[in-house]
Amino acid sequence: MDLAALAACIANPGCVVTQATSGFIVGMLLFLVAAGLTLIFGVLKVINFAHGAFYMLGAYFAFALYQSSGSFALALIGGAAGSGVAALACERLLISRVYGGSVLMQLLVCYALVLILDDVVRMVWGNDFLSMGMPAQFQVPPLFVAGGVVPPFYLFLIAVALAIAVALGLALARTRLGKVVRAAAHNPQMVSALGINTGLIYGLVFALGGALAGMAGALAAPVRSLTPGMGFSILIDSFIVTVIGGMGSVAGALVGALLIGFIRAFGSVGFPLFTDGIMYMVMVAVLVTRPTGLFGRNAG
Amino acid sequence: MATTSRSAIGRRAALAALGAGATALAAPRIVRAQDKVVRIGMPTILSGRVAQLGNSSRNAVLMEVERINAAGGLAGRRIEMVIRDSKGQPQEAARIARELINTEGCDLLLDGEASSGGFAVNEVARDLGVLCVHTNSETSSLTADPKLRLPNAFRVCRQGVHDSIVGGSYAAGVAKAKGLKRWATCAPDYAYGRDTTAQYVEYLKHFMPDVEIITQAWPKLFQPDYTENITKLLQAKPQALYTCLWAGDLTAFVDQASIYALLSQMELFAVNMADYTTLTAVKHLPPGIHSGNRYIKTFPKTPQNAAWADAYRARYKEYPTTWSWQNSAAMHFFEAAAKRANSVDGKKLAEVLPGLTVEVPFGTDGTITMRGEDHTIINYAIGWGTTIPTEPYVPDMHPGDWKQIVELEAEWKKANHYT
Repeated sequence: MDLAALAACIANPGCVVTQATSGFIVGMLLFLVAAGLTLIFGVLKVINFAHGAFYMLGAYFAFALYQSSGSFALALIGGAAGSGVAALACERLLISRVYGGSVLMQLLVCYALVLILDDVVRMVWGNDFLSMGMPAQFQVPPLFVAGGVVPPFYLFLIAVALAIAVALGLALARTRLGKVVRAAAHNPQMVSALGINTGLIYGLVFALGGALAGMAGALAAPVRSLTPGMGFSILIDSFIVTVIGGMGSVAGALVGALLIGFIRAFGSVGFPLFTDGIMYMVMVAVLVTRPTGLFGRNAG
Repeated sequence: MATTSRSAIGRRAALAALGAGATALAAPRIVRAQDKVVRIGMPTILSGRVAQLGNSSRNAVLMEVERINAAGGLAGRRIEMVIRDSKGQPQEAARIARELINTEGCDLLLDGEASSGGFAVNEVARDLGVLCVHTNSETSSLTADPKLRLPNAFRVCRQGVHDSIVGGSYAAGVAKAKGLKRWATCAPDYAYGRDTTAQYVEYLKHFMPDVEIITQAWPKLFQPDYTENITKLLQAKPQALYTCLWAGDLTAFVDQASIYALLSQMELFAVNMADYTTLTAVKHLPPGIHSGNRYIKTFPKTPQNAAWADAYRARYKEYPTTWSWQNSAAMHFFEAAAKRANSVDGKKLAEVLPGLTVEVPFGTDGTITMRGEDHTIINYAIGWGTTIPTEPYVPDMHPGDWKQIVELEAEWKKANHYT
């Protein structure tokens, strides 16, 4: 524990800017993954343990597209779209068969999906780690703001993730489809009774969740090494986010993800060996004081 | 009568069936005995973030097996490798090692695990008493600590303390020339990272006592994102940074550090950079990174070393790694020991391995010796230099002094109550 270092950092605007940027980066990537996870749980009532696999697919799709086209924009779109399509296929072929089933059955199906998708990646891209490299337009010196360091690529990453968060929030709140999704989360029988194809809604939500995870993977691909199974570590953090934010709440996912991001960023200065411990302590504190999460609805 | 007769026929049939069954079950061993095969079991990491290194270990072994078998095998027995993927999980490595001996009928173990799994395989070797050669575990205590060292286990692999002595000596030279006194470290949080960093700092301070370590970062092994560690390092404003991150972890760290321009703000000493997997994976390799030699074909600068690297590349379409040369050297030790003992019996091999010297392209003078006192190799090529973005990647490697390495290592062992 180094509280003096933490106090010195907080008193130094440069350190605050640098660490806050770090917190936003970690948080916004986590948000993209956790938002999909929480949406899927909220609407489908499935705890999607295979969600990390779509993050991995997004990264690999982006890698392949960037290698072949040299366009990072295409890589981002392709990574998200490819993961969305893969998620839709998985939902139609497998996940849809365990709706309403036991949690154990859902867990087994999701775990099978993880193993299958990991092996598919191995077969296509091999076992070795891959590195996409920084796109040419972002190979520029970092910005210095109030003495802090802010890489332009990370500004872009935060901006894209924030734009997605706003668009997702508006779409769920203002559009007809968003209202149907929220209604399906609340009372699927009533939505079905109104003649709405809930199967289609479920498929779309699962695909959207997969696309969000894929977008996170594609955004992370230039700075993280790609390897089969890379989705596992982010999945654990995403579950912590959804527990803190409240299962089913996109706003909760955003707050939870940023909370985890800031704990990581400032914890690495003040509690370098206990950052994970603090994350779990916050999760436990939320579970004890508010079992449904910060933004979760009470079951009653 | 009929019953008796049927019964007699049944007994004969049953005996015949049992005999046939026993023959069928024993057939692989009978065939092996006739075929004079020695089976070597090898747990290693063939999937995950360091799979490239595990695969390069397997490649090097298979290349040597082909050569040895073509020359008549080990003491007249053809080598048959049984290679299994541990996925980098220690418990899986231990399970596989046990299975290779008990179920697969392997005679010897070639442990291709990193330190995390190597210690687990060492305990299996202790339990089963089988001859085990560790090829990729660099944590010094594995053979230095008498509580861990086994009469039937040997290490054909570079050692953390050796790298640290050479690295500390080299770094102190650079630090004195450039006035680098404020240092930081960043290492994976497990046995290898902790041990190697502590040893490096110890020898850096040994050669330059006024060095100060102002901050240390301990990311998890295989951590995907180092941003929080990088920003922490930036805040501390050290003049130099030491890291023993490796493979995909080091690639991700360098890629992420580059966008913070971290490498323009401090000198980077990355012991594991100069390995082809890492050098080629980093898309924009910054010049001027100080690195230990993992494996490059120009160090030692001999025709034999270059020829071995080229033969490997011709066969596998990529350059070998540090794990490749270590596994290749291990097969040379098996070959030389079997020749000296005229046997492939593990106990007999263990008797002749201590003190054995083999001719390999990876030695400072073309040879490597298995030190008898602690079952680990010495005299392998070891040095430090600075990177350039293209081949030969580290054009001027400064070789370590083995006399100095051995002297300081002896002091280190004494200080740790290993001797």
